[in-house]
Amino acid sequence: MRTLTHLQRLEAESIHILREVVAETERPVMLYSIGKDSAVMLHLARKAFHPARLPFPLLHVDTTWKFREMYAMREQVARSEGVELLVHRNPEALALGVNPFTHGSAVHTDVWKTQGLRQALDRYGFDAAFGGARRDEEKSRAKERILSFRNAQHHWDPKNQRPELWNLYNARKHRGESIRVFPLSNWTELDVWQYIHQENIPIVSLYFAKERPVVERDGALIMVDDERMPLAPGERPMLRKVRFRTLGCYPLTGAVESEADTLPAIIREMLLSRSSERQGRVIDRDANASMEKKKQEGYF
Amino acid sequence: MASSDSIRDDVIGYLRAHARKSLLRFIACGSVDDGKSSVIGRLLYEAKSVFEDQLAVLEEESRRIGTTGGKLDFALLLDGLSAEREQGITIDVAYRFFSTEKRKFIVADTPGHEQYTRNMVTGASTADAAVILVDARKGVLTQTRRHSYIVAMLGIRHVALAINKMDLVGYSEQRFAEIRRDYLEFAGRIGLEDVACLPISALEGDNVTAPSPRTPWFRGPTLIEYLETVEVDEDRMQRAPLRMPVQWVNRPDQDFRGFAGRLVSGILRRGEPVRINPAGTQSVVTRIVTRDGDLDEAVAGQSVTVTLRDEIDVSRGDVISAPDSPPGSADEFEAVVVWMHAQPMLRGRSYLMKIGAKTVGATVSPIKYRINVNTLERLAATRLDLNEVGVCGLELDRPIAFDPYAENRATGAFILIDRMTNDTVGGGMLRFALRRSQNVHWQAVDVDQGARTRLNGHRPCVLWFTGLSGAGKSTIANLVEKRLHARGVHTYLLDGDNVRHGLNKDLGFTDADRVENVRRVAEVAKLMVDAGLVVLVSFISPFRSERRMARGLVGEGEFLEVFVDTPLEIAEGRDVKGLYRKARAGQLRNFTGIDSPYEAPERPELRIDTTKVGAEAAALEIVAELERRTLIAAE
Repeated sequence: MRTLTHLQRLEAESIHILREVVAETERPVMLYSIGKDSAVMLHLARKAFHPARLPFPLLHVDTTWKFREMYAMREQVARSEGVELLVHRNPEALALGVNPFTHGSAVHTDVWKTQGLRQALDRYGFDAAFGGARRDEEKSRAKERILSFRNAQHHWDPKNQRPELWNLYNARKHRGESIRVFPLSNWTELDVWQYIHQENIPIVSLYFAKERPVVERDGALIMVDDERMPLAPGERPMLRKVRFRTLGCYPLTGAVESEADTLPAIIREMLLSRSSERQGRVIDRDANASMEKKKQEGYF
Repeated sequence: MASSDSIRDDVIGYLRAHARKSLLRFIACGSVDDGKSSVIGRLLYEAKSVFEDQLAVLEEESRRIGTTGGKLDFALLLDGLSAEREQGITIDVAYRFFSTEKRKFIVADTPGHEQYTRNMVTGASTADAAVILVDARKGVLTQTRRHSYIVAMLGIRHVALAINKMDLVGYSEQRFAEIRRDYLEFAGRIGLEDVACLPISALEGDNVTAPSPRTPWFRGPTLIEYLETVEVDEDRMQRAPLRMPVQWVNRPDQDFRGFAGRLVSGILRRGEPVRINPAGTQSVVTRIVTRDGDLDEAVAGQSVTVTLRDEIDVSRGDVISAPDSPPGSADEFEAVVVWMHAQPMLRGRSYLMKIGAKTVGATVSPIKYRINVNTLERLAATRLDLNEVGVCGLELDRPIAFDPYAENRATGAFILIDRMTNDTVGGGMLRFALRRSQNVHWQAVDVDQGARTRLNGHRPCVLWFTGLSGAGKSTIANLVEKRLHARGVHTYLLDGDNVRHGLNKDLGFTDADRVENVRRVAEVAKLMVDAGLVVLVSFISPFRSERRMARGLVGEGEFLEVFVDTPLEIAEGRDVKGLYRKARAGQLRNFTGIDSPYEAPERPELRIDTTKVGAEAAALEIVAELERRTLIAAE
C-alpha cells in the first residue's frame, strides 16, 4: 500500500474539481490575479488537462494599480505555451481615474475589482470562474462551498448554499447564472508554499525579501512603486528590506520586514510568524465581517 | 505542533519530513453545549494554527462576549458568518485546518441542533473518521444517538467518543465507564465497530494533545494521538477493486485520446486489461499519463489520464474497472435518501441523479419507510421532508455502473437535483439493485403503433389541458373531442373528475397524492397513444415536474401541452362547482390556487387566453394546430 502525501491528495482533489467544472459548464474562465495562489492554480490546471491546452482562458481583472513586477509576471505568463490571457479594466473606473488615494480603498476595490469582475464575466458570457481563494484565509470563506453559486446579479446568498456532498459537485444552473469555483478551498497557506517549493513553480519576486522603497502609513509599510503615489509633506521613502505575504494593489498592500530571500527561508519565516496572511490587506479591515459583505455583492 | 528550534535550524529537513505527511478528514459532531467548538478551537490553538492577530481578536472577544469567565473562549475562533455570530450558534458546515508532525487535518465542523441533519450529512460524507462529543455530566443523549446513526449511515468506520468536561465531574473514572458502556451498547446496534472513548476537557486541555495527570486510570491515546494514527479511508480503498469514473475525454489531436479521472479505489497498472462499465467492453491500459511523466501504476486517490489499446467507445460517466471484478449494472435500486430541501420528495416525481461523473434521470418509486433518526423507528411515509431520512426505490432512465455504498462510498453515493431549480435537493446511498427490472422483460409485439397509425389514418398524441379549477379545460376539451370525432379521428377524453371516481379513487389531494394521480393518468395516456388514439387529458395538474414526466412518457412531438389560462379571480368568480367558496371557507384543503400552488407552464404548445377567446374558437384553434403538426389530415 502506498499512502498519498497530503500534497498529493490536495493536488488530486483540485484536479478533480477543475475537470468536473470543465466537463459540466459551457464557458469557464480562470481568474488570474498574478499571486502565488493563482500560480498554483494555473500549475494544477496544466496538470489536469495535459497534454491538451488549457480548455479555458485566464482573466486578469486589472486595476492599473498593481505592482510593476506583477505586470511583468503577467506578460511572462501570457507568452507561455497554451495560455490565452484576457485583461479587463473597468472602463468607467479608467475614465474617472479611480484610485485608492482620492476615492478610498473601499470605493477603489468595489469599482475596479467587484464591478470590473462582473463586467468581464458578463461581457464574455463566462458561466464558471475559477478563483484561488482558500478556506483558511478568512472566517467567512471557511463555509463557502467549492462550487459557489451566484445569481444573475452575481450575488451570493450564504443562507441558501447548495449542499455539497461527497465529491459530487452540482454545476447545473440557469442561463445568466454563474458559479465561482475554488479548487484550492482545502489548501492552507503552508500547503501552497510547500507545493511551490516541491513543484518549483515560478512566482513574482515581490514575495522574496529585497531592499525596497517604503513609507509607513497607519502601521503598514507601503511600497512606493511608481510616481503616482502621493507623499505627505516631509514624507520620504526609506529603503527597507521587505517582502510581501500577499499581493494586490500596491498602495493597499502592506509589506513585512524580512530577510527571507529564498523559498525555504520564506517557509521558515511563515512557520515562525505569528500573524495571519490577510493582515497585510488593508481592505479586510474596513469593517467587521467585511469580506462576507463584499462577497454577497459579487466580490470573489 | 512544529518545534520552533528545528525549523529555525533546519528548514530543509523540516520540509522533507513534512512532505511525507498524510491527510485525514474528520467530522466533529456535538452541540454548542458539549463544547465541540472549544475542542476544535483547542486543537487549532495547540497546533499553532492560530496567529497572533487572530489571537488578539480572540482575547478581545473572549472578554467581551465569551462564556468562559475570562479564559480564552476557543469557540469564538470558529464562528464565521456574521448572522450566526449574532445568534451565537453555528448554522452551516465549516472546514478548519491544522497539522501536526504526522498529519494534516481537515475538520468538518457541523452544528448539533435538531434541524440541521443536512449539514451533518454533508460534513460526514467526505470524512475518514468522526469525533462525537458528549458532556460528561449529561452522558449519551438523543442527539448523540442521532449523530452516531448518521455517522454509521454515511459509512464512517472510525469513531472517537470524546467525553468532554471531565473537569466538571471530578475526573471520575466511574462516570467515564458508565457513559462508555451506554455508548458501546448503542454503537453495536447501529454497526459501529471501531469506537474509542476518550475522557477529555477542552477547557483545561486534558487528554487533548497531552496525556492528563488527572486521569491516571486512563491508558488510551490522547485525542490528537488517536487522530494521528486512525486509518485514512483512501488507504483502505486501495485494497478494494479498481474503480475509476471517467470525468473528461482528453482529445487534443487525432493522435491522442485519453480518459481523465480520479481513481476512487484499487490500483490501475499499465499493461493490464480493463473493462468499461456499464457497456462491458474491454481493452488494455497502454499509458497512465501525467504532466510529470507516465506512471507504471496509479492508486486510489490519484487523478490521472489513461489511454487504451483499442478504439472503443468511452465517455464521461463510464467507470473503468478490472475485467474480473466489475461494478454492478442496473437501472432500478433501493436506496437510503436524506432529504435536503424545503420542497418535499414525493413518490413518482422525477429528479436528476448525479453519481460519479454520470447524471441520469431518476423517478422515486415507492417510499418504503422513513427513519426516525432519534429512535431508529421505521415509519410509513409517502413523502420525505427537509432533514428526513428514508428508504425508497429509484427507477433510472438508463442503466448505470454502481457498487453498494457499503462496499464503495464513491460508486454508491449520489445526489438528487431538482430539474426545475437545479438545486441539490437530496443525497443518497445505493443499497442494492432491484432485480424486478431484469426479470420483467418488455414484451415485443408484432402489431405496433405504426401499424395502428396506418389503419387509423391519423397519428396519435396527447392533448394535455392544464389550468386552474374552473378555467374551462373540460369544456374546451369536450368541444375538441366532438370536432375530432366528427372527422373520424379516434379519441378518448380522460377527465380529472371522472378518473377520480375509479382508477384513482384511493387518492386524496395532498401533494403526494396529486403526483400519483397524474402519474397514473399519464401512464394510461401513454397506453392509449400506443393504441393509436388522440388522448385528451383534462387535468388541473398543477406541478411542472409531473407534466414534464407525462411528456417524457410519449414520443417526441406526441405531447401537446394546452395551457387554459384563466386568471384566478375569473375562475373563482365563475366557481361552477362551488369549490372556491368551500376552499375560502376552509372546508376544502389543498385547493389549487388557494392554499396549494399552481405552476404555470413556461413553454406550452398552445396557450388559450380565456379572457380573449371563447371555448368554440379555442377548440378550432386546437384542431388547426393538430393539422399544422400533421397529426391529423387537413380538411
